Amino acid sequence: MQSKNLLELAGAISSGAVRVVDLTFTLSPDFPVIVLPPEFGQAAPVRIQEISRYDGRGPAWYWNNVTFGEHTGTHFDAPIHWFTGKDLPNNSVDSMPAKDMIAPACVIDCSAGAAQDPDFLLTVPLVEAWEAKHGRIPERHWVLLRTDWSKKGWRDYSNLRDDGAHTPGPNPAVMKWLVEERGIIGFGTETIGTDAGQAGHFEPPYPAHHFLHGAGRYGLQCLCNLDQLPATGAVIVASPLKIQNGSGSPLRVIALVSAN
Amino acid sequence: MIDPVQPPRRKNPLLRTRLPASPPRPRSRTSHGFTRAAAEGRFMLQRCEACGAFAYPAREACPACLSAGLSFVDAPRRGVLLAETTARVPSDVYFRERAPWRIGLVKMDCGPTMVAHLHADCVEGAPVVMSFQLDKSGQAVAFARPEGGTPNMADDRQWREMTADPKFRRVLVTNGRSVIGQEAVAALKAAGAKTVFVGVAEPWRPFAGEQLLHGQQGIEVVTLDASDEKSAADLAADIGGKVDILVNTTEYVRPGGLLDRRGTSIARDEIDQAYLGFINLAQAFGPAMRMRGADGINSSAAWVNILSVHALVNWPAFGAYSASQAACLSLSHCLRAELRPGGVKVMNLFTGPVDTEWFQTVPPPKVAPRAVAQAIVSALRGGLEEIYVGDVAEEIRQRLAANPKALERELDK
Repeated sequence: MQSKNLLELAGAISSGAVRVVDLTFTLSPDFPVIVLPPEFGQAAPVRIQEISRYDGRGPAWYWNNVTFGEHTGTHFDAPIHWFTGKDLPNNSVDSMPAKDMIAPACVIDCSAGAAQDPDFLLTVPLVEAWEAKHGRIPERHWVLLRTDWSKKGWRDYSNLRDDGAHTPGPNPAVMKWLVEERGIIGFGTETIGTDAGQAGHFEPPYPAHHFLHGAGRYGLQCLCNLDQLPATGAVIVASPLKIQNGSGSPLRVIALVSAN
Repeated sequence: MIDPVQPPRRKNPLLRTRLPASPPRPRSRTSHGFTRAAAEGRFMLQRCEACGAFAYPAREACPACLSAGLSFVDAPRRGVLLAETTARVPSDVYFRERAPWRIGLVKMDCGPTMVAHLHADCVEGAPVVMSFQLDKSGQAVAFARPEGGTPNMADDRQWREMTADPKFRRVLVTNGRSVIGQEAVAALKAAGAKTVFVGVAEPWRPFAGEQLLHGQQGIEVVTLDASDEKSAADLAADIGGKVDILVNTTEYVRPGGLLDRRGTSIARDEIDQAYLGFINLAQAFGPAMRMRGADGINSSAAWVNILSVHALVNWPAFGAYSASQAACLSLSHCLRAELRPGGVKVMNLFTGPVDTEWFQTVPPPKVAPRAVAQAIVSALRGGLEEIYVGDVAEEIRQRLAANPKALERELDK
């Protein structure tokens, strides 16, 4: 590619001919985190502690100490996150290829189904129906599951009941199929986790984690603004923090979208 | 007979809030024997080991036989009011603002004559019951109340200076997700609190008993995650000036000590919840409470901590948790000193294992959450500082005093 094409892209971003859509929730202390049974280790929530704010602790400057778990807020899952990906090469956020951080996306709109049923599941026939309309999902594309879940209040967003979370996600067959038959680079959701709320009861449990990371692919979750993306043609920029041997990280996810 | 305390009117915003003043503080080291008694709600006097005579005030030698062997022992509380007087224009700032103030001479049945603050219903020549109370300086003073109850007895103006009665006060229970928190809310409301604010962290997580907190007159559910600096500060920005009593019901219990745990993430959670949570609450709510210690009927009055008795001595089965509680105990002493200029009491309730899921496999006796809640109310009404709730806590207190080394070995099993 010639450098003038890159400059054209920069110009198009600057002029607005290419829109930049922020797919990221604000990293805040009260954002819901994944809930595991209390006897397991827990993801630390986001904590922001002021170091100084133009005061006696630092008269001219404002800054914070920030702590969080690798899987808090809008975040990225690397293959090393799951046991299926633990022995793969370059499976952590610091060793993954930088070129994997930019890839196009197919957005599958399941917002109507998810509005009807919080346990809505993406299936192979649903993706095939999407392909009949928009074309076959190309290799090394992200598949983003739009459910409009990010528009909910946080209680409905986490939707915890006494038998666990009830949030939409993919079923096992579609995850295996997307990874093996379509060669996707990763799978992204609006919910807490790439898997459905009840996915612990699936076979295998947590199929998105199982199949994606087992094949060296990635996950994105707690995305928002997916309703501003076209079904095809958006380019996702998702570069996690370079945490040593990190299993994931909160990150800023943006999408480049052609304005016309 | 005393007129009942009336619910306070809304404040006149044109008037400056009266700042707290402190009654005289100096005491001899020996006199702090009374401080210890008052802190626990006991009535102790010095008694001569040689001749058995009771002595008051604190002395270095027995006034009857000159023996130096005087020790503090629990003493009979009954006496007779010999004489009373009313100070109308005292020179001390604290008493001047609260004048007229009644004091009297009480001849104790056990011997000594004591100068005491008087309940308004005490009558010359009539029997009284004596107690030691902690005044707004945190120092022990003798207080005489009429024997037997009188109507509205707890509403006595001088008595309320010594206590932190929840009646008409506004209380923040910091964690309403726990059973103890919910029982505390109910008990404080029943004790006449005007409003009980109930902190709920991560309101998106459902919890048992949630529906009991909502839609009730005088109970306001507020978002509060004490372990989050900003959450505590945000809530204080809203209600910091209306919290007269803060009950810290933070509860984060996890089993395990050092070697059978991997890494520090649980220990960190324990520190975040218990220790840093305490700091966040203190920094958010402490300054306004210290400033409002003389703000009328519903002045700020008390800060209550619920601590494991294993803050005093480590229980290895819950070893890291014990350490987090020890850290909070130490902080409570710091907070007590810092709130003292406001006359705000810091009360520590020590409990043994509570009947909750994290002590599920621990054999009885366990403390019922309701017993903790009732102890909170009685501590506030009595103006206490140290309260041991349940058999385990009381036993550990006694065994610790008798032989700390023995207790350390006994807890290792």
